[in-house]
Amino acid sequence: MRSRIHRALFGLVAAVIAVQQVTAYTGSEYYLTQLTMSAYYSLVIVGLCLLMGYAGQISLGHAGFFAIGGYISAFLTTHDLSPLKDSGIVSFLSKAGLLSQRTDLYGGRLLTVQPWAACIVAILATVVIAYIVGGPVLRLKGHYLAMATLGFGTIIYRIAIGTTALGAADGLSDVPPFRLLPFLEVSGEMSDRVQNYYIAWGLVILAVLFSLNIIHSRIGRALRSIHGAEDAANAMGIDTARYKLNTFVLSAVFASVAGVFLTHYNGGIGPSEASIMKSVRYVAIVAVGGMANLWGALVMGTLLNFLSLRGYLGTYDDAVFGGILIIIMLFVPQGLLHVDVFRGLRGLVLRRPNEKET
Amino acid sequence: MQLLEVKGIGKRFGGLQAVNGVSFGVRGGTVKALIGPNGAGKTTLFNLISGFLTPDNGTILFHNHPVQGLRPFEIAAKGMARTFQHIRLFPEMTSLENVMIGRHIHGKSGFLSAMLDLPRTRREDRDAREKALELMDFLGIAGLAGHEATSLSYGQQRLVELARGLACEPALLLLDEPAAGLNMRETAEMAFLISRIRDRGVTILIVEHDMSLVMNISDEIIVLNYGEKIADDVPLAIQKNEDVIRIYLGGDGDA
Ligand SMILES: Nc1ncnc2c1ncn2[C@@H]1O[C@H](COP(=O)(O)OP(=O)(O)OP(=O)(O)O)[C@@H](O)[C@H]1O
Ligand SMILES: [Mg+2]
Repeated sequence: MRSRIHRALFGLVAAVIAVQQVTAYTGSEYYLTQLTMSAYYSLVIVGLCLLMGYAGQISLGHAGFFAIGGYISAFLTTHDLSPLKDSGIVSFLSKAGLLSQRTDLYGGRLLTVQPWAACIVAILATVVIAYIVGGPVLRLKGHYLAMATLGFGTIIYRIAIGTTALGAADGLSDVPPFRLLPFLEVSGEMSDRVQNYYIAWGLVILAVLFSLNIIHSRIGRALRSIHGAEDAANAMGIDTARYKLNTFVLSAVFASVAGVFLTHYNGGIGPSEASIMKSVRYVAIVAVGGMANLWGALVMGTLLNFLSLRGYLGTYDDAVFGGILIIIMLFVPQGLLHVDVFRGLRGLVLRRPNEKET
Repeated sequence: MQLLEVKGIGKRFGGLQAVNGVSFGVRGGTVKALIGPNGAGKTTLFNLISGFLTPDNGTILFHNHPVQGLRPFEIAAKGMARTFQHIRLFPEMTSLENVMIGRHIHGKSGFLSAMLDLPRTRREDRDAREKALELMDFLGIAGLAGHEATSLSYGQQRLVELARGLACEPALLLLDEPAAGLNMRETAEMAFLISRIRDRGVTILIVEHDMSLVMNISDEIIVLNYGEKIADDVPLAIQKNEDVIRIYLGGDGDA
């Protein structure tokens, strides 16, 4: 199992490198921008797949967690603290090296929180919020859980679109680059395009590795057992509520990290990232990929987001995702990339004569 | 030494007193059977003992500690495992994985350790696999390890569920009608396996309708009727008990 995980990951790494090389040779590097953005959305989808496909819990509020990460990081790295320069807390933060001075678009001096500190705060806040929301909400099942998470998503969306400090309908912009290492920077600069492609996909690969490790461990078995027969899992000593909650928090963190990075990459974030349609889109993609199928979710997440970002899905983009959801639920509830579907297709095409009777 | 002591336990569902002031004990190392007509309250009693239901009154001592009101996973962690009258295996998992779930309480690695695939997680995984295979071998189903559990025959599923319960290494194993739906040969095999499990030091409380199986393997038998205990004795005495004979010949039993 372990060697299979490593082989599959190796394949993913190879594919990521190959795609970049192809764009370099064919002079189509402009694709890297959408591929980078797709990678961040795929990060959300990998986490949601863990929650939906393996722990069997739905969330229609994951765009909310993405937005929490993005907005907190954007706010902290754009909110000017210079007027408060002499207050105790700001001078303390400054001495601790958590603040940075920069000039904004118009040449004004800004004193803001360092991106890496903002990133940490954003993720910690996500963890706290996910625990607070998930604790009571995950006691619900099925439709009730879907509706409760929808409620959470709605609240975050209203906060994002209605708060002046968060830029209301315009969102936050002028978010500075996020320097990960001296030579690695999350930014939308044209010259950083290749390295940003690798940063984004590096995160996805890490998330896939972590997720696969979990799925094939004691924890993953426990999650799948909850999904299958919660009573029996309980009788085997599995604290089902705790496992569901931890998975919920972990998937929220994946979404939040994606939100932080994409916001620094784009240089801003707007309320549409927090919208319910985004959450529905994430759920639809996990469903298309085949619920308990991390690879399916990843492939579909990348493909559909890429098409959407390139504008291939037209102006009715959101409608396409709604339609996908209906069709998948009606005809292939186990997902397009599910093994059985492959087997079925292969059976249709490659049916050997001696198999006809059986 | 009493491993399990149930004292004056009761449970009401609306207007129905499903279990009414039942008391009994199970001595460590023995097999105790719980019999009674359909609807007598046997499964309800199991659910009360294993924490799936909270009793309205009474106490349950396990290892001399009160466990009533604890949640099922907490009771399981104290060394009590159970099977279900209606088999509940985990779908889309192999029978080996199903049995490995039984090892859950013996592992400690959490999310972080699993995520990073730390040595402890690997070690626990290997141990769980070995122990699960050993138990499947013991029950004669090692050959089914790679099969999806819910695709197996009924009798095989019963054995996988039994292996999963055993994998917890419980002090007390509750079996709810383990021979239901089995043919005669499979039933005889089940009886043999249950006594072998007892020989491994596992105390067993079993609900069963098959009288020959019950008489064969039990050290003691409790009889329940309409939620009340009407007898609690060794098999020979139960066979001669007038009340028991009346219930079972009175037409509302099925034995
Ligand atoms: N959750 C519940 N809610 C309401 N009534 C219940 C519930 N569980 C059991 N009952 C009722 O309590 C009574 C005892 O049921 P129980 O399942 O314990 O019987 P049993 O002895 O296990 O019967 P069987 O031999 O058929 O398995 C029955 O009349 C049943 O309908
Ligand atoms: Mg019953």
